[in-house]
Amino acid sequence: MSENNTMPKSKLLSIQPEKKDIQVREWKRITRVMFGRIVVTGGALVILALILVAVFAPQISPYDPYETNLFAILAPPSKAHLLGTDEVGRDLLTRIIYGSRISLLVGIVAVSIGGLIGMGLGLIAGYAGGWINTIIMRVIDALLALPPLLLMLAIAVMLGGGLLNVLIALGIGIMPTYCRLMCGQVLSIKESDYITAARAIGANGLRIILQHLLPNSFPPLLVLITINLGTAIMMEASLSFLGIGIPPPTATWGAMVSSGYRFLLTNPLISFAPGVAILLVVLAFNMVGDGLRDALDPRLRGII
Amino acid sequence: MLSFISRRIIHTIAVLFIVSFFSFLLLHIMPGDPAAAMLGIEAKKEEVEAMRKELGLDRPFLIQYGHWFANVLRGDLGKSLMYREPVANLFYARLPVTLYLSLLAFVISGILGISAGIFCAIKRGGFFDQIISISANIGIAIPMFWLGIIGIYLFGLKTGWLPIYGWTSPFDDFILSSKQALMPVLLLAVPGISILARQSRSSMLEVVRQDYIRTARSKGLSERIVLLRHALKNALIPIVTLMGLHIRIMVGGSVLVETVFSIPGMGFLLVGSAINKDFLVVQGGVLLIGSIVCVTNLLVDISYGWLDPRLRYE
Repeated sequence: MSENNTMPKSKLLSIQPEKKDIQVREWKRITRVMFGRIVVTGGALVILALILVAVFAPQISPYDPYETNLFAILAPPSKAHLLGTDEVGRDLLTRIIYGSRISLLVGIVAVSIGGLIGMGLGLIAGYAGGWINTIIMRVIDALLALPPLLLMLAIAVMLGGGLLNVLIALGIGIMPTYCRLMCGQVLSIKESDYITAARAIGANGLRIILQHLLPNSFPPLLVLITINLGTAIMMEASLSFLGIGIPPPTATWGAMVSSGYRFLLTNPLISFAPGVAILLVVLAFNMVGDGLRDALDPRLRGII
Repeated sequence: MLSFISRRIIHTIAVLFIVSFFSFLLLHIMPGDPAAAMLGIEAKKEEVEAMRKELGLDRPFLIQYGHWFANVLRGDLGKSLMYREPVANLFYARLPVTLYLSLLAFVISGILGISAGIFCAIKRGGFFDQIISISANIGIAIPMFWLGIIGIYLFGLKTGWLPIYGWTSPFDDFILSSKQALMPVLLLAVPGISILARQSRSSMLEVVRQDYIRTARSKGLSERIVLLRHALKNALIPIVTLMGLHIRIMVGGSVLVETVFSIPGMGFLLVGSAINKDFLVVQGGVLLIGSIVCVTNLLVDISYGWLDPRLRYE
């Protein structure tokens, strides 16, 4: 890619269409491999649905998520309330629809926080090497020694709970994997000939990082980001289930499962339905992540 | 091998040190005064002052850490405000419960997960391969707490086959204990089974493609010997590294499982303490569990080096 930049302009122009062709072909190949498996397509559709539901929640939900109705407490499913109501008469379907907003928000923000910090640290560790690498990686080892849920629980509680602190806790919990992956990528790419070549033509550190290291470690990172969106949603649901996440009355899937626990015999759907939502969404992100891995894995290139 | 082991031990000690620093730091990332936060809003000024003294918060940061660390080495993790008991005593009573459940789940998931994965790899593309692969994917994505509640609903409330909560020591009443532990242990094993099944399947498929397997086949060894002696042994190597990760998953899962089934183990204690702002218990729990994982990781690393001699000379 960057080799082209050093070529005379006329030559650059003459090869440009060809390069575009290759890109188009590559893109077609990736989408073909990815959506070739039905579960991956299904997963992508679930994610699309999640985004649409989250964005248009006020338009599609039949009630207000905080509107209580004392005449319809723990109502069974009916035409008025498709999934029934909870212990204060709030419409369950509406709350699941609104819960998707929290889940999507949590996924995106937590992965952004964790991903950016982790990738940054991983880049520094891998690029600098030596004792900087040792220190950063030992810190990461220590973070990885703790079960993610416990780490997030401790951080969220100590910071005082609430949406923002849960997001910070999730971000820190997710961060180590990015750091490890990035560091490994950088270490393996750093010794490649094209990096030596870039150095030889006088590229500085920043340029090497931005032009070579980042784009070339992108495929596995993309897979990790996709899967982690699901992981973050699951972790937030677990924290909310434990009563440590986002405080009520905000509709979160985890907290809904937890509150329905007490009314299992009256209306098990209060617990069951939000759990199905969590399962579907996490499964969808995992499947799409798997599909991306298959599609981007260079070892499979040419075979398919 | 000896130098490999000693290098791993030094590495583990360094990591343990950082884990202890993180645990210490937890009390200090609190916005505001930890002593005041612990005692609640009704606390008198003198009480807060006394608490600050007790926690050593009036001293410089690093000295506090040194002091705290020295106490930890003596087994003193402070005193729980809620239970009015030393934190270490609380752990002493509850850790065996968590270890018992986790260990059982660990063994079950190891046996079931690895054999399912190997089976899938051998019968690749077949009906069972597909069923198991799909189940494994679901098993990874399923919220454990939710699955537990479904289990409680089906096997506890609807059929009455199993108790829905509680814990009895297997030494007091083995049958009741097993009945109570059955659902939690299986639940705890679900993510492990799923991850191991997937990993051992792909690891086995990777190995079967290697040249030495072709050689073994072409020299006329029976498929059984090829698979068991040549393929399986090599396929297991990457799975052993996963075991370290696995322990983390078990302990993390026990937080949820113990809460769902009201089992008085570490997870249940830590969640309760977190909700009730009993911060020293949370801090101690992070330290203890982190240390346990570090030490088991060390053992996994050593066994890995023993299985795969190439690693000793890295």
